[in-house]
Amino acid sequence: MEMANLSVLLVWAAATALAIAMVAFAVDLARLSGARVAARDAAREKVGAGAAASVRAAPSGTTADAGPAREPGGPAPAYGPGSDAPAGGPSRKGAGIGMSLSWLAAGMLLVAIVLRGIASGRTPWANMYEFTLVGTFVAVAVFVGVCVVREARFLGAFVTGLGAMFLVLAQNAFFVAATGVQPALQNYWLVIHVGVAILATGIFTVAFVTSVLQLLRDARDEGTPWLAGWGWLDHTPSTNALEALSFRLNAVAFVLWTFTIIGGAIWAEDAWGRYWGWDPKEVWSFVVWVVYAAYLHARTTRGWSGRRAAWFVVAGYACVLFNFTGVNLIFNGKHSYSGLE
Amino acid sequence: MADDAKPDAGVPGSPGRSRTGHSRPEDREPAEAAGPAAGPPRRPSAPARTHGSRSRGRYVPHGIDDEFAEDAGTAGPSSAGGDEDGRRPAAPGIGVVGMLRWTWRQLTSMRVALMLLMLLAVAAVPGSVLPQRGQDPGAVAEYLGDHPDLGEWLDRLGFFDVYTSVWFSAIYLLLFVSLVGCIVPRTGAHWRALRARPPRVPSRFARFPARASLATDLSPDDVVGLVATKLRGPRHLPTFRVDRRTEPARAGRPEAHTVSAERGYLRETGNLLFHLALLGLLVSVAMGQMLHYRGQAIVTEGRGFANAVVDYDTFDKGSWFQASSLVPFSMTLDAFDSEFASETVAFAQARDFTAHVTVTEPDGTRRAEQIKVNHPLVTDGAKIYLQGNGFAPEITVTDAAGEVAFSQRVPFLPEDQMYTSRGVVKVPDVSGGDQIGLIGYFLPTAVVDEDGAARSTFPQPLDPLLVLEVYRGDLGLDEGVPRNVYQLDTASLTPSVDEAGERVKLLVRPGETVDLPDGLGTVTLGAEVPRYVALDLRHDPSLGFVLTFALLALGGLALSLFTPRRRVWVRAFVSDSGATVVEAAGLARGDDTGLQGEVDRAMSVLPVATPENETTKD
Ligand code: HEM
Repeated sequence: MEMANLSVLLVWAAATALAIAMVAFAVDLARLSGARVAARDAAREKVGAGAAASVRAAPSGTTADAGPAREPGGPAPAYGPGSDAPAGGPSRKGAGIGMSLSWLAAGMLLVAIVLRGIASGRTPWANMYEFTLVGTFVAVAVFVGVCVVREARFLGAFVTGLGAMFLVLAQNAFFVAATGVQPALQNYWLVIHVGVAILATGIFTVAFVTSVLQLLRDARDEGTPWLAGWGWLDHTPSTNALEALSFRLNAVAFVLWTFTIIGGAIWAEDAWGRYWGWDPKEVWSFVVWVVYAAYLHARTTRGWSGRRAAWFVVAGYACVLFNFTGVNLIFNGKHSYSGLE
Repeated sequence: MADDAKPDAGVPGSPGRSRTGHSRPEDREPAEAAGPAAGPPRRPSAPARTHGSRSRGRYVPHGIDDEFAEDAGTAGPSSAGGDEDGRRPAAPGIGVVGMLRWTWRQLTSMRVALMLLMLLAVAAVPGSVLPQRGQDPGAVAEYLGDHPDLGEWLDRLGFFDVYTSVWFSAIYLLLFVSLVGCIVPRTGAHWRALRARPPRVPSRFARFPARASLATDLSPDDVVGLVATKLRGPRHLPTFRVDRRTEPARAGRPEAHTVSAERGYLRETGNLLFHLALLGLLVSVAMGQMLHYRGQAIVTEGRGFANAVVDYDTFDKGSWFQASSLVPFSMTLDAFDSEFASETVAFAQARDFTAHVTVTEPDGTRRAEQIKVNHPLVTDGAKIYLQGNGFAPEITVTDAAGEVAFSQRVPFLPEDQMYTSRGVVKVPDVSGGDQIGLIGYFLPTAVVDEDGAARSTFPQPLDPLLVLEVYRGDLGLDEGVPRNVYQLDTASLTPSVDEAGERVKLLVRPGETVDLPDGLGTVTLGAEVPRYVALDLRHDPSLGFVLTFALLALGGLALSLFTPRRRVWVRAFVSDSGATVVEAAGLARGDDTGLQGEVDRAMSVLPVATPENETTKD
């Protein structure tokens, strides 16, 4: 019980850290756009001259710099003018604070999850509450992980904001006490199937944020009036770079999702006596899979790549969220393992 | 096509394109092919907003340079050099054959595949919202009862059997036709690409995303030899396919030795494997549907059943099923154990269910086995699952004349976590007068409140109680209409009431006999309350194939998405100063962070003549 309480406290602490991180990242974006005019001129010259060099710097320079708080103006692979802010550009202190807090939140969540596992004496992802904790952890971890390899701090405000929201929702709406599980869940497939599903969901989350930014950036580049005030968008990478990042994440998550479905079917064969039965959760997992498959195809279809493909990511992620919340809470299927009455 | 923003000339996989009738931009250099707007994949983007300065069609993400997809997307040669907005090719004006060909091209186009995928996603949704016959026929009947008009229409349109409906099947079958139409030519193209030489070295490297250059004292021939060996990698497991050539002197450059290298053919192999495996999956699932059988039986402790169609309460089978494929073993349920949590946080949550059974093979050998949730019993090619459990109290009813009119174990279906279980007793064979119907609840651990309401507080039979309401009249069993054994249609029955007009509730404990109201007779509850298990026996010979194809699809998918597809070109020639100048360039499919490293690694085998070994900034 002690450990279960400590776990809950840590989750609140992580939510707080994420909320503050979001503010810090937002301040950073605001400052960037304030310094935009100056940065643009500087960046123009830099980009022209340093293109090849900056490409070259990416692999070696950034992996070494794996610390949580990257120095302002640190090595930034070719990811557009905003990230290329030269040493003399706007201070990225906000982003630094945001990164530190994100690392901290990921650490605290990890401990909270482990404690929860110890308290319940089993794998700590068997109900909605735990799924949300671990999924948020994965999303934040993927975000900080991506930041180690390339400049992606522009995602910070959104990933941490969503993360804080998910954690608060988990505590207030999905909380159940830490305890054992029913016979159908007592299986190593719980570790594999659900674990991989959470991993996929966390990655889909970061990819979704990237695609939304891509759409916003795209709309702003087109001169959409209501985005005129959102100067910070100019400091995100180009739409093409955002597209590429989103695709890489989605590709990983899609393979994991495919595995989730196959693993689920293998498990269902043992636990429910059939590998596929169009149970609501199965239907929606299938829908998610097909939407992301359509996304991969749209990317390669003329007239559908780019912006339209990004909308598939939005639709796909909406289905992921519905599969998690709606299907657990509304429909009465075999997957109703939320633990909520 | 020429001003397409794809950074792609010379792109991996290109050999397929030329064979499908397109012009051959692939051997041109990037600078020429892509025009000023195109850049190498990692080109830094334009610094600021470019209001309207960009045409829509230019917005093509990196890595989308699959010429196959273009073929399909623009329906092949009929629109060769397809416009970049992806307009549909015009339908040819004449001829049935032309029309058919056009239809086939449409069907196998990427765009139509995309539409079908979207349709498939949308079409799957109603099956999660509306009750489905395959899953829960009772819920469908209830829905039809509640919404007679709407329900009838929905039923006609197949909304209660979505996944076997005509429209759902049509969508996925068309999708698979389209898939075949697209995979077959693609397999051929890939086969040829596998045997083609890597594309020759482009004349200028300036626009490639990864470059390197250096000067060395080795001869161009030695340079090319070293680099080619390095790129090829271990002989038994080559990384790149390499091709050495020589180039005649041309404007401003003497004769040169070159290496063209390409890796990542597995990417396309994986993609083809993935799609073919999907096809295999569909076929195996369909085979399983035809050949499977499934029987369900409720078995109480101490009793058993034989593996024969008649012994099952329900039995489904595929259309190619033959009764002779049932192996005639039999099985007895010796005992059933359950465990529930007694700690407060998860009070009464199920923790374990185990059915202890004895299997008797056709040859008479017997063995003891266990069936648990998640651990079906595998016997004679079939699996037996523990799908449910409950109590089957032994109930005896004597009629007004004192004759035993009913004596059976009656399975009660649990309705909540405390195993508050509902059951029905139908007593048609009374010696005279009205037939008797009993509806009631079995409470394993009963608590009776002051107002007489009873409820169960734990799922184990610590203090069992049977609570019954009594009906009399015509049970309607003689009309030959099949009736649900778990339901009593009380519409034409008269309930027994007390003086105050309240329904009589009989409370019976194990071993007790209680009088029925209105002089109808007595009811007795057996001293021991047996448990029952709901068993599900299933045989599906396609399982191994389904799993194999699913895993092949997964493997193919991972290969196709994660295999880096790269080209590296190296050119070495003797410069005016007498040193050998080596230039290298790399091109990848998609956003590839490892490309520069690949180029650098290839160059790393060369001893450098001058202190600098730096990137050209052209
Ligand atoms: C059962 C329906 C289908 C499903 C579930 C499906 C799924 C997928 C998935 C997940 C990918 C990603 C792998 C990759 O990007 O390489 C893919 C790729 C691809 N699919 Fe399909 N597919 C289906 C039908 C089709 C059809 C009918 C076509 C052709 C008309 C097609 C053509 C392609 C092509 C060309 C790619 C490669 C795209 C690329 O190289 O990036 N697929 N498919």
